[in-house]
Amino acid sequence: MLKHTALHAEHLRLGARMVDFAGWDMPIQYASQLDEHHAVRTVAGMFDVAHMSAVDVLGSQARDFLRHLLANDVARLQSPGKALYSCMLNRDGGVIDDLIVYHLDESWFRLVVNAGTTDKDLAWLQAEAAGFEVEIRHRRDLGILAVQGPAARQRVQALLPPELAERASALTPFSAAWHGELFVGRTGYTGEDGYELILPHDELLPLWQALLAAGVTPCGLGARDTLRLEAGMNLYGQDMDETVSPLECGLAWTVSLADSRRAFVGREALEARQAALGRKAIGLVLEGRGVLRGHMPVRAAGQQVGELTSGGYAPTLKGSIALARVAADAEPPFEVEIRGQWHAVREVKPPFVRHGKVLVASVAPVPRS
Amino acid sequence: MSNTPADLKYAKSHEWVKTLPDGTLLIGITDHAQAALGDLVFVETPKVGRVLAADEACCVVESVKAASDVYAPVAGTVVDANAKLGENPELVNDAPYEAGWLWKLKPANPADVDGLLDAAGYLASLS
Repeated sequence: MLKHTALHAEHLRLGARMVDFAGWDMPIQYASQLDEHHAVRTVAGMFDVAHMSAVDVLGSQARDFLRHLLANDVARLQSPGKALYSCMLNRDGGVIDDLIVYHLDESWFRLVVNAGTTDKDLAWLQAEAAGFEVEIRHRRDLGILAVQGPAARQRVQALLPPELAERASALTPFSAAWHGELFVGRTGYTGEDGYELILPHDELLPLWQALLAAGVTPCGLGARDTLRLEAGMNLYGQDMDETVSPLECGLAWTVSLADSRRAFVGREALEARQAALGRKAIGLVLEGRGVLRGHMPVRAAGQQVGELTSGGYAPTLKGSIALARVAADAEPPFEVEIRGQWHAVREVKPPFVRHGKVLVASVAPVPRS
Repeated sequence: MSNTPADLKYAKSHEWVKTLPDGTLLIGITDHAQAALGDLVFVETPKVGRVLAADEACCVVESVKAASDVYAPVAGTVVDANAKLGENPELVNDAPYEAGWLWKLKPANPADVDGLLDAAGYLASLS
């Protein structure tokens, strides 16, 4: 039996095509995935992400606990409302999950974790919390709605209670404001400006419908995937998992080794691995026509050096792009095998698209013979 | 409701076949198939001159979500392919029975077409 978010009936009413995503019956698209993608790049789109979980970490040692738990350092979160992206590692340095942590006050931090990993995350949090004065509270009472695009913040602000609207409009990227149980973070997973809102389940539908009336396009998980891929953002379970360290999936920037006394979970293994790094993550653009897909083999100088972790059609580039994991010493030019044929790809540094702008040189289709 | 013209023949694997006055066959995918695939972003048609067996996978249509094979409804030789799909794969979504045709086949045995489904038979195969 698939789980439903509070917006499930609304998705069906809007004619969405539904898929099983990590045990949840979720919309993959409403009408056209491409139109939904472009709506986010040019105006505003919204995503039901209530299958993801908010988890509050409460108590006098909340900060100490998170400095132990996370690879990024919450010591950077010095004022209430600030947020940080981090990996949560196992003792081998593999990624258990990637998450956003918000600092609400000194005894209250909030994590937003992936849907498919929620159960194991909670078990891990509980186990690691032993010895710390903290309480782990899975906020099953709260749902999450992402509203993304150049016009997203303005459309949301117009609907917020006056107590919150002004503070929300003043938010800098990666920070949050809240009023009662309505929480607004200036974060996202699309490469565009926007908000992620956390709120009680019964308030999701009225907000969704008000945004719909304000011209915000409902977007499914399909568009969410093409948007995050263009933004060069990893998808947990695809670009990283418990066998991959953050150093091997392009997330070295999220690992904070600055405080040498901070013995976070996985640090020892990471430092041992860093010396002999086996693999690296790269971005690729297909030079000709076709579509790159996850798991396609990558070769350099005739030798297989790795595979694509995520690939797809990039609607903003009107071409195909991918994230790949290859041997650390592999050098371009690279080729990718699509249905038995090797195709030239160009290595680029993600992101591919940011704030509506293509950041890599245009994809030049190779003339067909 | 998907559109399934009564004057075409169909294969269970979602191809349609139209017999042209010169005896060649125009082949594409059905409205039902294009709707199920979603926005197409790449089409790889078979090369002209290629000899196909019946049910041979010979063409690839890729949507944003996934790549799918298209099969030869009957045996024959490819005599033309829709070059417009290189620049405009969305023609298959917009006009699956007209501008979105995939390739033209000279059948090895014209009578093979009689063995394909009619519109009612194809619709029945979907349920």
